[in-house]
Amino acid sequence: MAGRGSRYSAWALVRRGLGGKPWPKVWRHHELRPSYDVVIVGGGVHGLATAYYLARKHGVRNVAVVEQAYIGGGGSGRNTAIVRSNYLTPEGSAFYDRSVKLYERLAADLNFNVMFEQRGHMTLAHNDASLRTMRWRAEVNKLGGIDSEVIGPDEIKRLVPLMDVGDRPRYPILGALWHPPGGIVRHDAVVWGYARAADRLGVHIHQGTTVTGIEVRSGRVAGVDTSRGRIATGAVVNCTAGWSSLVSELAGVKLPIVTRPLQAAVTEPVQPFLDPVVVSGTLHVYVSQTARGELVFGASVDPFASYSTRGSLDFAEGLAGHVLELMPSLAGMRLLRQWAGLCDMTPDFGPIIGPTPVDGFYLDVGWGTYGFKAGPVAGEQTAALVATGRVPELIAPFGLDRFARGDLTAEKGAAAVGH
Amino acid sequence: MLLIACPHCGPRNSDEFSFSGEIVPRPGPDPSPEEWRRYLYEKANARGWVTERWFHVAGCRRFLDVERHTGTNEVRAVRDVAG
Repeated sequence: MAGRGSRYSAWALVRRGLGGKPWPKVWRHHELRPSYDVVIVGGGVHGLATAYYLARKHGVRNVAVVEQAYIGGGGSGRNTAIVRSNYLTPEGSAFYDRSVKLYERLAADLNFNVMFEQRGHMTLAHNDASLRTMRWRAEVNKLGGIDSEVIGPDEIKRLVPLMDVGDRPRYPILGALWHPPGGIVRHDAVVWGYARAADRLGVHIHQGTTVTGIEVRSGRVAGVDTSRGRIATGAVVNCTAGWSSLVSELAGVKLPIVTRPLQAAVTEPVQPFLDPVVVSGTLHVYVSQTARGELVFGASVDPFASYSTRGSLDFAEGLAGHVLELMPSLAGMRLLRQWAGLCDMTPDFGPIIGPTPVDGFYLDVGWGTYGFKAGPVAGEQTAALVATGRVPELIAPFGLDRFARGDLTAEKGAAAVGH
Repeated sequence: MLLIACPHCGPRNSDEFSFSGEIVPRPGPDPSPEEWRRYLYEKANARGWVTERWFHVAGCRRFLDVERHTGTNEVRAVRDVAG
């Protein structure tokens, strides 16, 4: 429960600083209870947000979040922290628009500064075909009330002075889709904020706890076996990324998912010069500058399936070439480190969120390269699904049964994947 | 980097190859819609030793069956599909 001293404020900071008393634990360690109303597998943004909204909005507080390593150590801590809603399909953009709105007030909701900086998001067009798609996306977005517009090279140069908008033979910059509400968030803060708020509401966060089995009795979930013991429960939510096929398999549910690594890299910090997030789909690169001054680069998913999170030289070479294509004056900058996260790719680049043929087993998976930006809305909608047993309208297009019906979502606005 | 020992060209970097995924047995000549759905969409997506199909697009242009560990990317056997 939220008690004295648990709120963060300037006054609390001064008092703690002068008093020298340690801050209370932001989330606590608990013994495993023999039963929970809901067990969430995966302690990332999605799992913790689902737990938070279950407790906050639906009064379901007897909830366990079971994480095999430490919270936020998977996709939530490996993404490039970009948030936007300028997707191509009406269902896609409506969904992510809700997420942007939730991110806008997340710091106030959680009393935790998540450092959401809405510096704008720019997707470059290097040929007529992509410029046409940008116009299409802008019109779909505007109909949905989303701030999104096509801009020309002069405006691009004004927003990003270092961009080479010159007359180049191979990848000329013809225009861009400009999306002012887009930006970057401190992704660890989102994880910690949700964990802290969920903990205050009575949710148990079990780190270092591996799910080894899901017991299904006559088509219904009955319990979960973990490395720390058995939990009886009637509801299990798979909120994992990278491991979603393997966790679903424990309940006997097969998924249309292939796991691929996505690599990213960060440079040494420099003075601020890049305000918006810059993306080139053709060159498969996206660049943003963090509040610390580092440039964060991401690329496309690796060309083959793997659970390995090792970086490769192929990637670093390709990435450097593509970044210099856009901003040649960065040639002297040095990469500090590179890493990979696991992306669960679905055939239509849409997530899988909803019920399964096993009663009480729910999915919030298949988040490919777009999971972080959807964290709050996916948590909110999954919580509603689990608490009410009804599929909310916003996630109705993303059910597992769409593959049997042949009703795929065809989200071509997804980043970091070839179409 | 991933090295694949092509039986025709020797050890080569994986970027010479195109990946087409785990080998799923094709359904019979007269499949039900359910069988087609399973074939198209349901993947084991295993973490461990997997046999998968690769195409040596920038080499001998032969289709290969590759045994690879999807957790470590170690390759232990490469065969030409035609044997």
